[in-house]
Amino acid sequence: MCSPVILFFLIFSYLPMPGVYLAFIKYNYGQGIFGSPFVGLENFRFLIQSGQLFRITINTVLYNIAFILLGNCLQIFVAVLLNEIVSRKFRKVTQTIMFLPYFISAVIVGLLAYNILNYDYGFLNVILKAFGLEPVAAYSTPWAWPFIIILTNLWQGIGYGSIVYFASITGMDYEIVEAAAIDGVNAFQKIRYIILPWLKPTFVILMLFSLGGVLRGNFGLFYNLVGNNSTLFPTTDIIETFVFRSLMVNFNFSQGSAVSLYQSVFGCGIVLFSNWLVRRIEPDYALF
Amino acid sequence: MATNSIRVDASTSFVRGFAYFFITLLTILCLIPFLLMLGTSFTSESAVREFGFNIWPKDFDILAYKLVFENPDMVIGSYIVTILMTVFGTIIGLFLVSMAGYALQRPDFAFRNQISFYIYFTTLFSGGLVPFYLLIVRILRLKNNYLAVFLPSLMSPWLIILMKNFTKSIPFAITESAKIDGASDFRIFLNIILPMSKPALATVGLFLALTYWNEWYNSMLFLEANMDYRPLQLFLYNVVNKVEYIKNSAASSNIPPMDVPLETMKMATAIVATGPIVLVYPFIQKYFIKGITIGAVKG
Repeated sequence: MCSPVILFFLIFSYLPMPGVYLAFIKYNYGQGIFGSPFVGLENFRFLIQSGQLFRITINTVLYNIAFILLGNCLQIFVAVLLNEIVSRKFRKVTQTIMFLPYFISAVIVGLLAYNILNYDYGFLNVILKAFGLEPVAAYSTPWAWPFIIILTNLWQGIGYGSIVYFASITGMDYEIVEAAAIDGVNAFQKIRYIILPWLKPTFVILMLFSLGGVLRGNFGLFYNLVGNNSTLFPTTDIIETFVFRSLMVNFNFSQGSAVSLYQSVFGCGIVLFSNWLVRRIEPDYALF
Repeated sequence: MATNSIRVDASTSFVRGFAYFFITLLTILCLIPFLLMLGTSFTSESAVREFGFNIWPKDFDILAYKLVFENPDMVIGSYIVTILMTVFGTIIGLFLVSMAGYALQRPDFAFRNQISFYIYFTTLFSGGLVPFYLLIVRILRLKNNYLAVFLPSLMSPWLIILMKNFTKSIPFAITESAKIDGASDFRIFLNIILPMSKPALATVGLFLALTYWNEWYNSMLFLEANMDYRPLQLFLYNVVNKVEYIKNSAASSNIPPMDVPLETMKMATAIVATGPIVLVYPFIQKYFIKGITIGAVKG
């Protein structure tokens, strides 16, 4: 019963694995894989010395940490507030709308950002001009992009994440809250001393699991927001976009493979480490 | 959650008031980009050039939509490609994923741990994009073939693990008793397990359908931009990023190049491409929520 699945992963995941050999040669399309000269660690040496590997690693890691930390905090905040909403109908409607951005493709996300940030017609500049302020040229301002990308990511993830945390709150033993209310606990104390501690294990587990993916970027998000706008690369280039350009723009297959191999090896190490952490804190949740 | 039997004190009403305010604000922020796209698609190009994008059309105009549907072949072709991929991808993927999920949790299946690890390992280590690209293009020779988009999205380790955890909750005694009655493994799966895992199937199926509907990455990598019927998202991507298509449409309608409604046509195409999902979304999102919350109970 498992054979189709085994075959699927054999072809699409295991068959490409020996391809990491590309990282150690100077690949040349005409000579093929085995005709191209073996260069050992030369590709890695170049990536390190040119500073590119450092740049894309730092970008990938910092973006992910921002996504994970800010995302989870905002989602918890929203979940706690949703729990305070009395009207079911209001909660349903707002949850539905907040969940909507999760359902659209990366292409649409890029277009929506363009609608807001475009210099000539963008909504942001429409508003700025209405207040008599100078329009901003977002697409040529590298320092603005960490904010834009993080905000877009928060925007897309808020619905999904707050549902997870809200579900956890609804699964709470509500007698505790009622007992606390009889004891005169106010709303702030209820959140601070009952709800947040209740969410803590979920938060820690989700954080640690996301930590495992800290070297993996969301290509669709970055590529559709930034595209091939090289002015923005210093602040927006991540591992995935770099590898993609090596393949599709620069045709430097070996360099792309070297970065992928580096990502796989270190990524694997980080997953094992975060799983070890999970096992120490909450053995039931460990993956293996 | 808050019951009315509890006396509402000042702090509670403050928190409640803030909750209504903040949630309303976030909801509006989530909605604005969509309204902006909708509003702009119904604005005349000249108004866009003068006043910029706006939520409320300053100068109502449906020229952009007229042009999108002037040569409807491309849009309709893209729709058909995407709908076919979504339907078949979801059905086939769901069948394979649920079958594997069921088999992998059966305690009498000797290699379940080894195969689970075989699947899970692919999330830990991968050959990377370049070898994958070479595999599809040079070994499988699927460049410019819809299969290059269709096949890789059929399943993911995550969906198989989700399905495995779901079917774990069905008691093994049911499988055992059916076996004693002489049912084959495949029959047990088809006639007993599948009907019992409807909520799981709905969730996994929705995730698959969403993946196929929004698929754009493999389409971009493996399909040529000049292909006649591109999947919807690739079609949209090309309309947004390459203006030739818009210029061609405009030229066939005898609109001088200067007056081509570039911006509004992008938006109109995006609305046409996203419309269906936004329309069916309110009806299916509750299944997603159910799935997420069941999945969240145990990692």
